[in-house]
Amino acid sequence: MTANSEIDMPAQTAGTTHSEETSVEPVIAVNNLNIYYDKFLAVRDVTMEIASRSITALIGPSGCGKSTFLRSLNRMHEVIPKAHVDGVVQLNGEDIYRPDVDPVTVRRRIGMVFQRPNPFPTMSIYENVLAGMRLNANRLSKPDADEIVERSLTGANLWGEVKDRLDNPGSSLSGGQQQRLCIARAIAVEPEVLLMDEPCSALDPISTMAIEALMEQLKDQFTIVIVTHNMQQAARVSERTAFFNIDEPGQPGHIVEMDLTEKMFSNPQEKATSDYVTGRFG
Amino acid sequence: MSQPVAQEKIRKAPTSVPDRLFSSLSQASAATILLLLSGVAFFLTVVGWSGIFGDIEGMSGSDSFVEYVGPLVFGTVYAATLALLIATPLAFAVALFISHYAPRRLAQTLGYVVDLLAAIPSVVFGIWGITVVAPLLSKNVYPWANDNLSFIPFFSGTASTSGRTMLTAGMVLAMMILPIITAISREVFLQTPRLHEEASLALGATKWEMIRQAVIPYGRSGVISGAMLGLGRALGETMAVAIILSPSDGYFWSILTNQNSNTIASNIALKFPEAYGLDVNRLIATGLVLFLLSFGVNMLARRVANSGFSGAAG
Repeated sequence: MTANSEIDMPAQTAGTTHSEETSVEPVIAVNNLNIYYDKFLAVRDVTMEIASRSITALIGPSGCGKSTFLRSLNRMHEVIPKAHVDGVVQLNGEDIYRPDVDPVTVRRRIGMVFQRPNPFPTMSIYENVLAGMRLNANRLSKPDADEIVERSLTGANLWGEVKDRLDNPGSSLSGGQQQRLCIARAIAVEPEVLLMDEPCSALDPISTMAIEALMEQLKDQFTIVIVTHNMQQAARVSERTAFFNIDEPGQPGHIVEMDLTEKMFSNPQEKATSDYVTGRFG
Repeated sequence: MSQPVAQEKIRKAPTSVPDRLFSSLSQASAATILLLLSGVAFFLTVVGWSGIFGDIEGMSGSDSFVEYVGPLVFGTVYAATLALLIATPLAFAVALFISHYAPRRLAQTLGYVVDLLAAIPSVVFGIWGITVVAPLLSKNVYPWANDNLSFIPFFSGTASTSGRTMLTAGMVLAMMILPIITAISREVFLQTPRLHEEASLALGATKWEMIRQAVIPYGRSGVISGAMLGLGRALGETMAVAIILSPSDGYFWSILTNQNSNTIASNIALKFPEAYGLDVNRLIATGLVLFLLSFGVNMLARRVANSGFSGAAG
């Protein structure tokens, strides 16, 4: 929110060209992705590139498959039995759906923040931050652990508020603080990409502002993909926006248009996009 | 105020007869429970009194009450503890398998079968124990354990050839308390919020890591209170132990021999038919001790279940 004007600049100046033509190396490249729940096609034929160190917003009406698509980017949708995809999702050139790829390793590289804050209720704030580091039989020395906790909490704009009570349970924090704790937990393992599934929808406006400010900082280090119901939020935080839609209930969701956020909100190519961003439906 | 008739009408709103009937029925039921419990406690105390403080001359044996009931309390707690040690890990694993690993249909079937175990009468467990488990173990397991593990005091002594040992009793008791521990553990594991499971998976946890990070901490107090309820059942179990155990008088740590401390309930079942005079009072007094023991365990279970150190409670 503050002092980020120079970060906003590239998006502003690049506004004259199409996003696909900018020279930014994509971190994630999606090609003809179809996502199924058993036999039901939930999302069809998504092709998209997600630019490095930027924020990409996914918007669209309820049930359009934007969350499903987001969860397919780190294979979290597979926690639902019989969910599967065809098509290609590449993370820095590697196909994450190749048969020999373990979803566990994908999720270690692509972190996720959920709709509702979900710190582990039985763990302290300190242990919550380290939860990801404790996996994979990692052994951490105490100084290393302390350093990671401080760095991650600082990165999540939470250090100042909790540094004196790291041993308190994570659930003792307010909703907004819990969500920032979850962000700290996600960035502690230094993922390449951070997926956020409506991270502010359960938060009050002030906490939402704090998270949005945090996202502005985080994009210097991480590539962020955010699903949001809130179009103003997409307009405020993202460089690029993808609009998802469904033709009618029961039909698969699909991507209508993706472009620089500014263009999407001022001069979209598709009528459906302009109807949606001007609030005519959704 | 000027219209008392109207007020009367409002106050006597149409309370239907079934409504009142049900209300008084449920109140009466609640009162009956309390009455029964206090009645039993009263009976045990009054009749047992002379068994505790009465003239030892009038009883068989020459022990004071404490000397008499001590080995029985020891045997009761020992058998129940053994059962708990065997049953809890097994129940824990079965519950986790049902809640998180088995395909849905298998999970349902398995859950049903485990619940069925609880429907088997304890005398049947006793007969199964004495005719199947005891000979099997005494032939195949006890000699080996006795030969190789006798440096551990529990496995020392002369191994029983009949298999009527504390270990057999403990194992059969374990089978009997398995259903309740499994059922309660399964329920709390199933209640783990999906959010916490996903939080763990999204950090790159394997399934087992997720279970360790999200499911087990959440379900811990449930498992403990399930185990406590199982312990309560094991403490009071009568017929199976009475049939299986070959009892002796005294304290015995060894679990493979024919010399075992009896349990309170089994001792009552075995001695009551032939007891007369003050011996009857003494047996009833041991019942009072068992009553207090079970009561304490149940209180503890409730305390643990309500304590705040689990995710379920917090």
